[in-house]
Amino acid sequence: MKRQFADLHLILKSNKIDENIQLIKKIKFLGYNLLGFSSNNSLDKHSINLLRDLCKNLEIDYISRIDLSPKTRNELKIKLRKVRRKYEIVCVKCKTKEIARQAAQDRRVDLINFPSLSFRNRFFDRNEAELVSNNLTAFEIDAKPLLVLYGSLRAKIISLLRRETVIANDFHVPIVLSSGISESILLRKPREIAALMFLLDMDQTSALDTISTNPNTIVLRNREKLKSSFVAPGIRIIKEGDC
Amino acid sequence: MKRTKRRYLALEIDSKANFQPKILIDAIWSSILKLYGEYGASQTSLSLIDYNLEEKQVIIRTNLSALNIVRTSLVTITSIAENRVALHVLSISGTIKALKEKIKM
Repeated sequence: MKRQFADLHLILKSNKIDENIQLIKKIKFLGYNLLGFSSNNSLDKHSINLLRDLCKNLEIDYISRIDLSPKTRNELKIKLRKVRRKYEIVCVKCKTKEIARQAAQDRRVDLINFPSLSFRNRFFDRNEAELVSNNLTAFEIDAKPLLVLYGSLRAKIISLLRRETVIANDFHVPIVLSSGISESILLRKPREIAALMFLLDMDQTSALDTISTNPNTIVLRNREKLKSSFVAPGIRIIKEGDC
Repeated sequence: MKRTKRRYLALEIDSKANFQPKILIDAIWSSILKLYGEYGASQTSLSLIDYNLEEKQVIIRTNLSALNIVRTSLVTITSIAENRVALHVLSISGTIKALKEKIKM
């Protein structure tokens, strides 16, 4: 079966609607089928609806996503309670260890993401992976730093990501590779983006899974959960009425 | 002696600027050297086969064993001679004939 490629993390600029439209058109041209961009950046509702309609016209599956950057454990819980039933993908940007641990324990979190450039704040260690492996949360890697950095900084990020990838594989934590890109010139074809995973010692099948099977599984699972007929995993309402 | 297997890659240059063939192949070499060093670059046996300036399409050749090295290095090229650029792989094949049929160059 032909792979369906997804980019769950496109960064759209506010008040630059033409650039955003070009970006989405290019995503389609490059061969992606699913597209997710964060709805909580400064894009207004009208722009989001416009881009959503554009995705529909271009036959790209639009995924509603929200990125949470809480400062405390409680703030994360409150935010999750508010947004879980509204968005298909909930991603938590873990800036502190406390948040990383809470996000790893919480079943409502789909993706955990760590700041790319502050190397000391990447808390994806074996303990984190063990907590994540008990849920269905995936570990998100942004491709942007691998494209725009060079020299010792790129060597450092490759080294860190390689270590984190090994840990994720040891604990069977799914990895999702997203672009994290806001400029169309930095966009790459799905198989090209997947080729970056060769730097992290991944084989071709696993690399392609990070941009197709793994994100698709999360989206399908969450869409099922968001349906009104969903009761619990494996249980759904087939027919309502008197028995 | 075992015959070396090679692969031909058709690339599309996504940029507003036009590049001379030498500048382009130097940029690819430079990217390989940055990512994999001289030892990695020595495994690729990279060479430029064809360059269509009008269509902005290029054919390069590499060893099959170093295909992943070249693919990864191509992705990381973001600028050539201070011009923003992206190199997209159109197709990969074992022979030039089959490759040209695929892309109809």
